Amino acid sequence: MMNWISIGSLSDIPRRGARCVATPQGKVAVFRTQDDQVYAIDDHCPHRGGPLSQGIVHGTAVTCPLHNWVISLETGKALGADEGAVRTIPVRIEGERLFIALEALASRAA
Amino acid sequence: MTERLVIIGNGMAPGRMLEHLLEQAPGRYTVTIFNAEPRVNYDRIMLSPVLSGEKAYEEIIIHGDGWYIANNITLYKGHKIIAIDREAKTVTSDHGVTEPYDKLVIATGSVPFIIPVPGHDLPGVLTYRDLDDVQAMMLAAQSRAKAVVIGGGLLGLEAAAGLNAQGMDVTVLHVMPTLMERQLDPAAGYLLQRAVEQRGIKVITKANTQAITGNGKVGQVELADGTIIPATLVVMAVGIRPNSALAKQAGIAVNRGIVVDAGMRSNDPDIYALGECAEVNGQVYGLVAPLYEMARVAASQLAGNEAAAFVHMDTPTKLKVTGIDLFSLGDFAEGEDRQEIVLRDAAAGVYKRLVLKDDRIIGTVLYGETADGAWFNDLKKKQTDISEMRDTLIFGQSYQGGAPLDPMAAVAALPDDAEICGCNGVCKGKITGAITAKGLTSLDDVRAHTKASASCGSCTGLVEKLMVLTIGDKYNPAAVQPMCGCTTLGHDEVRRLIVAKRLKTIPAVMQELEWTTSCGCAKCRPALNYYLVCDWPDDYADDYQSRFINERVHANIQKDGTYSVVPRMWGGVTNAAELRAIADVVDKFEIPMVKVTGGQRIDMLGIRKEDLPAVWADLGQAGFVSGHAYAKGLRTVKTCVGSDWCRFGTQDSTGLGIRIEKFMWGSWTPAKVKMAVSGCPRNCAEATCKDVGVICVDSGYEIHFAGAAGLDIKGTEVLGLVKTEDEALEHIVALTQMYREQGRYLERIYKWAKRIGITEIKRQIMDDASKRKAYYDRFVFSQKFAQVDPWSERVSGKDKHEFRPMASVGFAQAAE
Repeated sequence: MMNWISIGSLSDIPRRGARCVATPQGKVAVFRTQDDQVYAIDDHCPHRGGPLSQGIVHGTAVTCPLHNWVISLETGKALGADEGAVRTIPVRIEGERLFIALEALASRAA
Repeated sequence: MTERLVIIGNGMAPGRMLEHLLEQAPGRYTVTIFNAEPRVNYDRIMLSPVLSGEKAYEEIIIHGDGWYIANNITLYKGHKIIAIDREAKTVTSDHGVTEPYDKLVIATGSVPFIIPVPGHDLPGVLTYRDLDDVQAMMLAAQSRAKAVVIGGGLLGLEAAAGLNAQGMDVTVLHVMPTLMERQLDPAAGYLLQRAVEQRGIKVITKANTQAITGNGKVGQVELADGTIIPATLVVMAVGIRPNSALAKQAGIAVNRGIVVDAGMRSNDPDIYALGECAEVNGQVYGLVAPLYEMARVAASQLAGNEAAAFVHMDTPTKLKVTGIDLFSLGDFAEGEDRQEIVLRDAAAGVYKRLVLKDDRIIGTVLYGETADGAWFNDLKKKQTDISEMRDTLIFGQSYQGGAPLDPMAAVAALPDDAEICGCNGVCKGKITGAITAKGLTSLDDVRAHTKASASCGSCTGLVEKLMVLTIGDKYNPAAVQPMCGCTTLGHDEVRRLIVAKRLKTIPAVMQELEWTTSCGCAKCRPALNYYLVCDWPDDYADDYQSRFINERVHANIQKDGTYSVVPRMWGGVTNAAELRAIADVVDKFEIPMVKVTGGQRIDMLGIRKEDLPAVWADLGQAGFVSGHAYAKGLRTVKTCVGSDWCRFGTQDSTGLGIRIEKFMWGSWTPAKVKMAVSGCPRNCAEATCKDVGVICVDSGYEIHFAGAAGLDIKGTEVLGLVKTEDEALEHIVALTQMYREQGRYLERIYKWAKRIGITEIKRQIMDDASKRKAYYDRFVFSQKFAQVDPWSERVSGKDKHEFRPMASVGFAQAAE
């Protein structure tokens, strides 16, 4: 069963920006795109572990601040010539409120 | 013996004539040209882009000095012919040069019509004909004051758009009810007016100018209805008339223009006339295509082909204002025997109208979408019966025969004799033929060989499509490297267009310059953000989300996601209190590493992002500000101890370094800028491998620049020697501003200098005092907005969210 956990509201995140959510399994980066779509992925670049939440957000992708890998927010996969993927976490928006699925988090811990 | 050919005037028509003549009868004539303008032949059609800042004069030269030398042509620049002696067959210039001729060509062009209202001769009233006018307008525009353009025709609107682009508050006065009424019907004229007004240009139609008044210079324009419009610049663009006074004075037949036959010959068989001053079959011409046709005819005649004859042709009109697409051709008045097809799409700002007579196109007005202009022109020229495709005709060529074609197929479907370049009368077959026969692979090659797209450039897209069709992958599109995958434009074009079109936000740039992605990428966004910060220091709101993380949090990200912090130590000088404060911060936040940097600063590494605001707060208490060690901006000014301490020191290098740093900190630049000041040529501050360096000597300050000691190693170039500290500062600031305005994002000074040329930089900064002053002033203005310490701003709470997690979740469950 999905366990939706409230993490705050849409306006907490700047457009084309990201915020972090601390979890027992490490940081989750929650992104808000120009057109107010919200995505959550692990804050950990598949390349060298760079904090993706600190990157520049463009379209539905983020560029890692360490070595410029471009990661799709939709699939978690590296775009272009690079290969690798980061875990995606389900997000639900209810009005202004944002939720992520903790079930997914727990399953990783298990 | 060769014959002597003398040409009066050096505009586009005689220039083209000479090209043909040199090709058809090389060596037949010894050519001498008298040009009243003190310059070579340039592309007058492109004056509007020069005025708006989209092109530079150098880019619109048709024949440079070398061309005249190579072709053994004598060009008298700035010589106005004041008399023609037809008996003696000589001409005489206002500088007293008398030159004999066997054949004479008069190409004196036209003079602008000046409305004889009171005040028309006040200083500040200009016309719009040549480069002098453009330069005068650009000078006047520097005041950012108010301008009035009298005349809402082609020229007037281009002048208005240019002055607007230069930052002036512009009003267009037009005597008729709608703009460009000779080329556009009222509906298109209305759309045009709306588009012009949307750019912030005011338009007053049915405006009858009564007087221009002012105190010794232009102050205002008064209309017949009593309206008064303040203005410091008035541009008259109400029309032109052929400049035939000289011919008339010499007894040559003159009507509206110099009367010539279809072979361009006047009533004196040894004298020809062509261009705007000539009248053929009762018609005078002002657009370039018929003038080039005259040039072709005159050249053939001079080469001995007496059959060459000029035939009247309709020429499409296009407005050269970036972002307004407009095409007009032929006759579009209404009439009993005429029918019309109209397409309107108000939301898209599209209006198309075809005027038909006996199932044939006789006139076309296209507004907002002009791609089919060439096709309609072709149908009109060939008098094609359009009854079969009447229902879909207005949708354009790609809709004929069922499914819409892609634009490439539409170009492929054009017949070989379809005109592609209206200015130069070049048809499709000639272009594709030249590409194949001569193996052309670049647009410049095609321009050189066929002239297509070499004048106003509006057919460039079509020519490029033809190149792809003809040679496929071998076509080598413009050598310009696009900024990134989101655009085809290069950095320089984008920078120029940001200024020319006064684009002041990232979305505006992306919209107007047709970005192919919704919000750019990590390459173009920081670049655009920098260009906008640099070009509009007072207007632009810095977009943090388009800055790299280091500039967003004023610290340097490290491989483990922690940050390093470097406080500013002016000129590399510190003291006990500062060092104590740093030691306290290191203890309090358990900072694992403290290191002295190459730029004479102290770096604290391994700080958690959450701790950054508190670290800054403590450092701020001790008087520190951000050292910008993360910035594409001024980083450090290294110094040696100079004349205060050193036995070799010649000047106060420490003091100058601190002064430069205090003056320039906070400024953003295309890439990082590191400086140094050494007190003597022993150069202990290592100034000769810096972006900008100073070597103090007994006689003053030797300014260096364009050094590198990173990926590349390169010694500096010497900019020059100045006597005082004040001068040193002014020169360094001006140099930096020049780099700020021209550099491509992430391009260090040495790379920029290599691209621009050391000589040119020296010329602008060392030799041209007014240019230097202007750069300096713009830098100082920009600093008013840039010198804000980002640390104190953040400590006081700006964007606090950046440093805190949004939420902490799941820990309770994990503990269970």
